[in-house]
Amino acid sequence: MEIAFVIEKFILVVIIFAISLLIAMYSTYAERKVAAFLQDRLGPDRAGPFGILQPLADGVKMFMKEEIVPANSNKWLFMVGPGLAMLTACIGTAVIPWGSEITIGGKVVPLQVTDINVGILYIFGVVSLGVYGVMIGGWASNNKYSLLSAIRAASQNISYEIAMGLSIIALLLVTNTMSLKEIVEQQHGWHWNVLYQPLGFIIFMVCAFAETNRAPFDLPECETELIGGYHTEYSSMKLGFYLFAEYINMFVSSAVMATLYFGGYNYPGMDWVLANTGAVIGPLIGTAVFFAKIFAFIFFFMWVRWTIPRFRYDQLMHLGWKGLIPLAIANIIITGVVIAVIEKF
Amino acid sequence: MGASVFYFVATLSVIFSLLVIFSKNPVHSVLYLIVTFFTFTVHYVLLNAQFLAVVNFIVYMGAIMVLFLFVLMLLNLNKDNEPLKSNLVKVVGLIAGCCLVVTLVGSLKATAVSDPVLLKNPDLGLLKNLGRELFGPFMLPFELSSILLLSAMVGAVLLTKKEKV
Repeated sequence: MEIAFVIEKFILVVIIFAISLLIAMYSTYAERKVAAFLQDRLGPDRAGPFGILQPLADGVKMFMKEEIVPANSNKWLFMVGPGLAMLTACIGTAVIPWGSEITIGGKVVPLQVTDINVGILYIFGVVSLGVYGVMIGGWASNNKYSLLSAIRAASQNISYEIAMGLSIIALLLVTNTMSLKEIVEQQHGWHWNVLYQPLGFIIFMVCAFAETNRAPFDLPECETELIGGYHTEYSSMKLGFYLFAEYINMFVSSAVMATLYFGGYNYPGMDWVLANTGAVIGPLIGTAVFFAKIFAFIFFFMWVRWTIPRFRYDQLMHLGWKGLIPLAIANIIITGVVIAVIEKF
Repeated sequence: MGASVFYFVATLSVIFSLLVIFSKNPVHSVLYLIVTFFTFTVHYVLLNAQFLAVVNFIVYMGAIMVLFLFVLMLLNLNKDNEPLKSNLVKVVGLIAGCCLVVTLVGSLKATAVSDPVLLKNPDLGLLKNLGRELFGPFMLPFELSSILLLSAMVGAVLLTKKEKV
């Protein structure tokens, strides 16, 4: 393995990691501002101009708080929980194509850490691991409410993973590939998958809300029933990690939705811009467009949170098993039949 | 390099499988089992079977073990309420375990004699090739096993349904 290759990938990983953390940090700020906007308030405006330093203040507060480990908890797993939540949130970014290649000094650098030929399944695997952070943390706290919340989180994730997987199968019928890079390149020039798979996209998005534990699916941290949910016993930066992991998950799932259904870094008039701006600026404009799509999804996540009330537990299960799964199966069959008919004629 | 990575991961697999058996707390056992499955995933990657690796990752680590953990947490088994087994059960278990060891050692000795299978195509584990194999020469067994799984699923649903009196 060449040293240059390792250095190139290392720099890319560090940049992506830094960007995801930065975006997660400012998502907490954006969440409050969006909430304030939707409820006709001002939101945080004390720390710096427009309250722009609020996330830093929150971070310092989290670090400075006293760290409490419950006496009867499982000490080792109590620490592993938040770390695992953070890890599974971060590793999803590895296969997402952030942009096409840029050429620096005759060297072609793809803006993607790795393009494995099972990219979608990798994302799916990371999603399915995500629940362990919550489960282990909730169990190790040795608190009945935390345990209940962990069990809820597990059953919710398992239920919605099925519909999510089924909606991806319909997408794969259209794309014929599992590599995220190829999927993005197929969508060049308005062939966005959302136009071919509107139902699949809606199912996928609802499942993404459920998998990231965002409202209206935030039952694992349902305050009125479970005090604080799985992180009742957590304090200081361990709590911070759990809250932070949720925002990173939101960022990653927004990126995945933009990649799979909304054309990734493709945008109208892309070829003209690419031909007129050169091999570095052109692809970076594509990346900027991709991030604009991601921010639009993040805003949508927040918009939904402050609009729709939380589901009841039986409604959640009803929607997952009796609503989304049959719909997703019907979607697969319809997609298959349509593709067969088109290929025949 | 490949061989040393294999031996390192294989050692980890053995250590974690032993920890699954020896840990007293059932939840710890399940967690060690998850780590063991993760080492298996690494083995598949080393064998260039990416699809199998990621499926092992999703199905075993992401779904089945979550269910295991779910059930254990729901029952909340602890060390103190673990039922003590009688000596008879322990002796029977010992004999059964010894029988298994003898069988395994015997079969391992038998495989050592035969020639190792040489893969003609090292990319067999990649998605496209695997799909062609499964839906080409192995079509019938593949579909039959899917029917087997479906019947197991239907059976499980049927068992949980309460009989109407």
